Amino acid sequence: MIGCFGRRYDMLDNIHFVLLVSRQGKVRLTKWYSPYAQKERSKVIRELSGVILNRGPKLCNFVEWRGYKVVYKRYASLYFCMCIDQEDNELEVLEIIHHYVEILDRYFGSVCELDLIFNFHKAYYILDELLIAGELQESSKKTVARIISAQDQLVEVAKEEASSISNIIAQATK
Amino acid sequence: MNPFSSGTRLSDMIRAIRASKTAAEERAVVRKECAAIRASINENDQDYRHRDLAKLMFIHMLGYPTHFGQMECLKLIASPGFPEKRIGYLGLMLLLDERQEVLMLVTNSLKQDLNHTNQYIVGLALCALGNICSAEMARDLAPEVERLLQFRDPNIRKKAALCAIRIIRKVPDLSENFINPGAALLKEKHHGVLITGVHLCTEICNVSSEALEYFRKKCTEGLVKTLRDIANSPYSPEYDVAGIMDPFLHIRLLRLLRVLGQGDADASDCMNDILAQVASKTESNKNAGNAILYECVQTIMSIEENGGLRVLAINILGKFLSNRDNNIRYVALNMLMRALTVDSQAVQRHRATILECVKDSDASIQKRALELIYLLVNENNVKPLAKELIEYLEVSEQDFKGDLAAKICSIVEKFAPEKIWYIDQMLKVLSEAGTYVKEDVWHALIVVITNAPHLHGYTVRALYRALHTSCEQETLVRVAIWCIGEYADLLVNNSGMLDLEDPITVTESDAVDVIEIAIKHHTSDVTTKAMALIALLKISSRFPSCSERVKSIIGQNKGSFVLELQQRSMEFSSVIQKHQNIRSTLLERMPVLDEATFSGRRAGSLPPSVSNSGKSSLSIPNGVAKAAAAPLVDLLDLSSDDTPASTSSGDNFLQDLLGVDITQPSARPGMQPSQAGADILLDLLSIGTPSPVQNGSTNGDLLSMQDSNDPIASMDTIASTSPTAPSSMMDLLDGFSPTPPKNEDKGPAYPSIVAFESSSLKIEFNFTKQPGNPQTTDIVANFTNLSPNVYTDFLFQAAVPKFLQLHLDPASSNSLPANGSIKQTMRVTNSQQGKKPIVMRMRVGYKINGKDVLEEGQINNFPRGL
Repeated sequence: MIGCFGRRYDMLDNIHFVLLVSRQGKVRLTKWYSPYAQKERSKVIRELSGVILNRGPKLCNFVEWRGYKVVYKRYASLYFCMCIDQEDNELEVLEIIHHYVEILDRYFGSVCELDLIFNFHKAYYILDELLIAGELQESSKKTVARIISAQDQLVEVAKEEASSISNIIAQATK
Repeated sequence: MNPFSSGTRLSDMIRAIRASKTAAEERAVVRKECAAIRASINENDQDYRHRDLAKLMFIHMLGYPTHFGQMECLKLIASPGFPEKRIGYLGLMLLLDERQEVLMLVTNSLKQDLNHTNQYIVGLALCALGNICSAEMARDLAPEVERLLQFRDPNIRKKAALCAIRIIRKVPDLSENFINPGAALLKEKHHGVLITGVHLCTEICNVSSEALEYFRKKCTEGLVKTLRDIANSPYSPEYDVAGIMDPFLHIRLLRLLRVLGQGDADASDCMNDILAQVASKTESNKNAGNAILYECVQTIMSIEENGGLRVLAINILGKFLSNRDNNIRYVALNMLMRALTVDSQAVQRHRATILECVKDSDASIQKRALELIYLLVNENNVKPLAKELIEYLEVSEQDFKGDLAAKICSIVEKFAPEKIWYIDQMLKVLSEAGTYVKEDVWHALIVVITNAPHLHGYTVRALYRALHTSCEQETLVRVAIWCIGEYADLLVNNSGMLDLEDPITVTESDAVDVIEIAIKHHTSDVTTKAMALIALLKISSRFPSCSERVKSIIGQNKGSFVLELQQRSMEFSSVIQKHQNIRSTLLERMPVLDEATFSGRRAGSLPPSVSNSGKSSLSIPNGVAKAAAAPLVDLLDLSSDDTPASTSSGDNFLQDLLGVDITQPSARPGMQPSQAGADILLDLLSIGTPSPVQNGSTNGDLLSMQDSNDPIASMDTIASTSPTAPSSMMDLLDGFSPTPPKNEDKGPAYPSIVAFESSSLKIEFNFTKQPGNPQTTDIVANFTNLSPNVYTDFLFQAAVPKFLQLHLDPASSNSLPANGSIKQTMRVTNSQQGKKPIVMRMRVGYKINGKDVLEEGQINNFPRGL
């Protein structure tokens, strides 16, 4: 940031990773947009959950960590964390987190931690409709919901087909 | 689903894992599941591949190894159905990262899926590509992504745009291909596509200045219009966030405008109005609005000067700073830091508020505020600011003390108006947070103290007092010990009393007491103890009455398990016991360390950027450097916990102390920094007393003679005049292996150097000293032709600074045969011998086949002390 105003923006804001941890420190979702080796990942998770879970309730939602910034927000028992570069817009990332939570809420119908445990893959699918390469791709909650449900539909159709085929086989082998 | 299914379902597994009461139980469940999944993988069971991978992902999230499932992802991706592909791509992104070789195998499947007829499958492939693509994949698949930027469905276009960003990040050269399709996206109405399109263009502008020019010319007006439309658009529930229309789009537009306006007056002019509108009309009671304002301020600060807008922006930051929301205050501090380069006066106005933020209960805010305050300090405000910070140091959290202490030291060091103030402040910091103070900081303090002779007494007394209240602070103890060792007499006689001082009565044995306490204190580490031993040794010579007591304290460490302490203890005991007559000369006060040289060396080894915020850190020369510590450590001979090189200087301590260099010349390449440190010690201790050269026969003379600074040569002299000298020397070294006498006879102890070397020519210098004339060095230059050509008209020229005199003899020949060599003798007289090293500029001219060749260079690697 050598004179942030004088510099070319070599790295634009890019969410390096998204992390959902429970209050007990259990990982509920991780998504890495920058390359981190597996070992490094678990170290990062351990370090960060240590820092974030220990912060008091009234403090600001930003933690400086290894030259990056982690923006986090707590919703019920879950902490949503996103890691960004120093010069990124922290307030916007808070909005992105909220955006994601609202979409989850709409999808699951007042979402709770258990939804995200048993349907963790759904949480990932939704995140993939929201962020690619660590960048926001859609600002409309409605659009995300529509695309997700269209894909769920495709899965349902495939399932039905599969079960009808297996029924036919079952019938035939009776 | 399948009535014949075996194994557990995903939800059953999750339930079983959650039901585990202990970590061991959980591990058992996971182990069982993993075994079942492996078996199923080995059977190549298609029906459960889908479910197995889902289970593996869950297991992976818990932190267990799942590499054996990687190939399953590829198989699922290669299968025809959407559900399989969906989970396969998810697994790919979760279980693999871009550095794994397996990833290469997926390129082909990705390519097929990018051309799939089902747009959702295309979407899956784009998502995976955007998240984990490597440089190779970027090259292979860029044409597909380029084509998809024009796909009929907006869902695919926006995904393709983000993929393009990833591709450009991986392979910047590919940005060219995306300029036109990127520009086309800026005209879109669909918000998702527009957001990603704007972002893509920003990214392209960052890697290509031609593209930046292009977008500046073609798109600035359009973007300004788009931003105006968004800012003025009526309520739309789909994009509304807290009463604001699509803040995400706002922010991305502002960001692209920033890139376009930066460094271009016309473009900046074009966006002034809309920026003013956004800055003044955006609601600031919700986070979304503040996020836009924050971005807008950043853009205003970056684009070309417009006074009115800047005032508006600074005012917004002022409002942010007084906001009760911690988040807003945090970003305000962040932003003020960047605004500092633009308008430091405006930021200075908020100094008081920022100082309050240093004392905030929130660590993130504290840290930001401290960094900002640090940048705000100047000669005019250093006193009150340092006072506030030091007062806060007393009550701050332990975690914060380190950072705070480092910053205060740096401020004080940089802006101290006078030395006494600097010393006072440093003592306060050391007393409060001495354990957090870095090596180089207290080393610098010692350098300053030695350079202020009128404050020696004051300082040593102040340190003595401080030691009584804060004996736990390691660095304070070290500085105090060092000063008491050096200036013990001033402590006891109250000499050099300043008006502002209270008199203090310290007896000689009190001085020994404090050092004894330090040496026995449980918090003292090896370095401190080693320093304490030196201080005691010095005191023994200052206060002969305490000599016996000092001897017994030193003696207690003879059995220390730490080699360093044991050795010092042994050696010092023998100095006290056997060498009364030379002791006082040996233990003279340290000569003044040259401040300029020291700070130069410190600055030289200072990393360019200090705060550890990586690439985005402000480059602040705040003087908290780690690497800088080495030279002075050597200088003080605190080798205990440092580099191996300096440990060796510790082993050589006594030799160095006596100015006798028994290490082989070849083992001393001269200019290595750590070795040079030891050499300084040699210089300092051996030439401390510039008494005239005498050929006396007592040991005392032996030492005082060292101003020749050529230990071996002077030893030669001794050897010739006083036959007993060599044996007493060995005695002095107390068991060190004596140097074979014939080595001493050899005389010159300076290693040869390679003064210059190019592909065609090598110049070596060999040195000899004339006995009895230490300032003069004879140099034989050896020129070697490294090429297969003959050099004719060979001419070597040299220039030296004023304090040197140079006499050049003619060369042995003026032509150099191929691979042959010639010699040339020169004589250098160094009037500052011992203080300044020889430097030389040289130029060599010769002809190869009638063609002139000229080579030049500076020779800095002369052995020290020539």
